[in-house]
Amino acid sequence: MMEKLDELYREVILEHYQRPARKGELPSPTVSVNGANPLCGDELAYQMKLDGGRIAQIRFAGKGCAISQAAASMLADELEGKTPEQARALIRSLKAMMQGQEPASPDELGELSALEGVRKFPVRVKCAALSWNVVEQALDSHEKAGK
Amino acid sequence: MNAFNVETIRKDFPVLARTVNGKPLVYLDNAATTQKPQSVIDTITDYYSRYNANIHRGIHTLAEEATEAYEAVRSQTARFIHAPSERTIVFTRNATESINLFAWAWGRSRLRAGDEILLTEMEHHANLIPWQMLARATGAVLRFVPVTDDGRIELPRVEALLSPRVKLVAITMMSNVFGTLTPARAVVELAHKQGAIVLLDAAQAAAHMAIDVQALGCDALVFSAHKMLGPTGVGALYARQDLLEQMDPFLGGGEMILDVQLTSATWNEVPWKFEAGTPNIGGVIGFGAALSYLEKVGMDAIQAHEHKLTAYALEQFTHVPEATIHGPTQMIDRGGVVAFNLEGLHPHDLGTLLDGEGVAIRAGHHCAKPLMRRLGVPATARASFSLYNTMDEVDRLMEAIRGAQAFFKRQPVKR
Repeated sequence: MMEKLDELYREVILEHYQRPARKGELPSPTVSVNGANPLCGDELAYQMKLDGGRIAQIRFAGKGCAISQAAASMLADELEGKTPEQARALIRSLKAMMQGQEPASPDELGELSALEGVRKFPVRVKCAALSWNVVEQALDSHEKAGK
Repeated sequence: MNAFNVETIRKDFPVLARTVNGKPLVYLDNAATTQKPQSVIDTITDYYSRYNANIHRGIHTLAEEATEAYEAVRSQTARFIHAPSERTIVFTRNATESINLFAWAWGRSRLRAGDEILLTEMEHHANLIPWQMLARATGAVLRFVPVTDDGRIELPRVEALLSPRVKLVAITMMSNVFGTLTPARAVVELAHKQGAIVLLDAAQAAAHMAIDVQALGCDALVFSAHKMLGPTGVGALYARQDLLEQMDPFLGGGEMILDVQLTSATWNEVPWKFEAGTPNIGGVIGFGAALSYLEKVGMDAIQAHEHKLTAYALEQFTHVPEATIHGPTQMIDRGGVVAFNLEGLHPHDLGTLLDGEGVAIRAGHHCAKPLMRRLGVPATARASFSLYNTMDEVDRLMEAIRGAQAFFKRQPVKR
C-alpha cells in the first residue's frame, strides 16, 4: 500500500501542490472559466490569454486536495505556449492515460505523467480530471466566442 | 443489563474482523452508516430463507408470518422511541424520505404564502432541500437559526425568530458535522408556545442516545435504520396520530387504499395510508433485530462509551498543533463525532492516506454545504464513533494522522 501511495503522491505532485506554478490572475484574460467538483467541494478557475493562435499566458486559482491542485498547476505549465488544438490533443492523451493507455511518446505528457498513479485510486480520478474538464470548457467557450 | 464490554460487542460484528490494505480495519465512518451485527444479517437471511411473502394480503402461512414479523417491528420501533402507539410509526426508505413525506403530506395543503418554516444553519441537506421545495410550492418562507462559531444553537436566537407566522420548526437533534447535541426539548417548548409544530431529525441521534418522543414533546421525528445497526433502505417517520390522520397521502398505489373506483379512491387508516406499494419487508424485519441489539446493550451505556471515546479523541487532538477541531468545546454539548481540518493536508488526501492504514473516516462536505461555507472550509475530515469502537482505535487514528502529516512533509525534490 505504501508503494501505491508513493505512486499517487509522487514528489513532483507534492511540489506542485505546495509550490504551485502559474497560480494567480491575469489582468485581461481572453477567456475565464470556473469549475467545481460538487461531490467533494474542490474549486478551480482558469484564465487564459490567447495571442497569435496560442495560449500565451495561463493562470489558475482554486481550493482542493493535493491531486486536484497539483494537476491544475502541472496542466497550466504544459499548456502555456500551445495552440488550442495542441491543448486538446494533450487532454485526449491525459484521458487515455487515465483509462490505462500508454502515451504515444514518453515526453508527450511531461510532468503530467506523474498523474499515472491516480489510476489505482478510482475515487480520486475525478480530482485530477477537474483540471482538464475546466480547460476544455475554457477552450469551448473561446471557440464559440470566435465564431 | 450486562456490563458494557466492547470486546464482546466487537465479536458480534463480522466486518470488524477484516483487514484493509493489510491492516486491521478501524471503522470511524459511523455517522455515514454503521456496521451490522450478525443477528441483523441472520434475521434478514432467515426471512428470505423461511417465510418470504408479501404482507397484508395473502391468506397463506408465509404471508401471515411475514405480516406478523413486519408489524411486530412497528410496535418495537414505537417502544424504542416511547411513542404512544404503533399507529404513529410509518416505515419509509430512510430519514430523507421521512422528511419529504412529512413536508409534502403535511405542508402542501396547509402552508400559505408568507408562512414561515424555521430551520438551523447546520441542517443536513435532507432537512433543508425538502423545505426549500415546499417553500417554492407554497410561497412559504425559510428562516434559519444561526449557528455559533463552535457549532451550537442558542435558545434566545430560536426565541427571537419564533412568531405566529412560524408554522413549523425542523431541527436536528445531533449535528452530523459537529456532533452537537441540540436543546431539542427546549426548542419544542418555545415553538409550541407560538403555535408551531416541530419535526426532529434524529438520523444521527437515534443510534447514540435514548429517545423519548413523549418527553421531547415533538410532533414528528425521523430516523434511518442503517445508521443504527440496521440495513439500508429502511427509515421511519414518527408523527402524532392526529396529525397523520389529517395529512394527505404521499405516494399513491397499492396498500395505501381502502376502496378504489376507476376515478377515485379512499385512503387506508394510518399508518398504512403512507405505505404505498410493497415495502422493504426483509429490511424492516432486520431493523427489528438491530433495535433488539441496541436495547440489549442499552442506549445509556452506548452513549457513555461513545462519550469516553470522543473526550479521549479530543484530548489527543490537542497534541496536534496543525489541527482545527470544529464544534462544541464542552463535552456536554457533544455526541461521538469529531470534525477537523489539518493545516497543509486536505481532507481528501488525509482520507486516502488513512485508508492506507486501514482507518476509514469521512472527508467532504457531509451533505451540509451551507455549513461548510459558514466554517469557511471547502470540506472537513470527520471521525465518528459507534458502540464497537475502542480507545486503541483512537490511538490508531492519531498514529495514522501523524504518519500522513510526515508523508506530506517529506522534502520534495527540486524540479
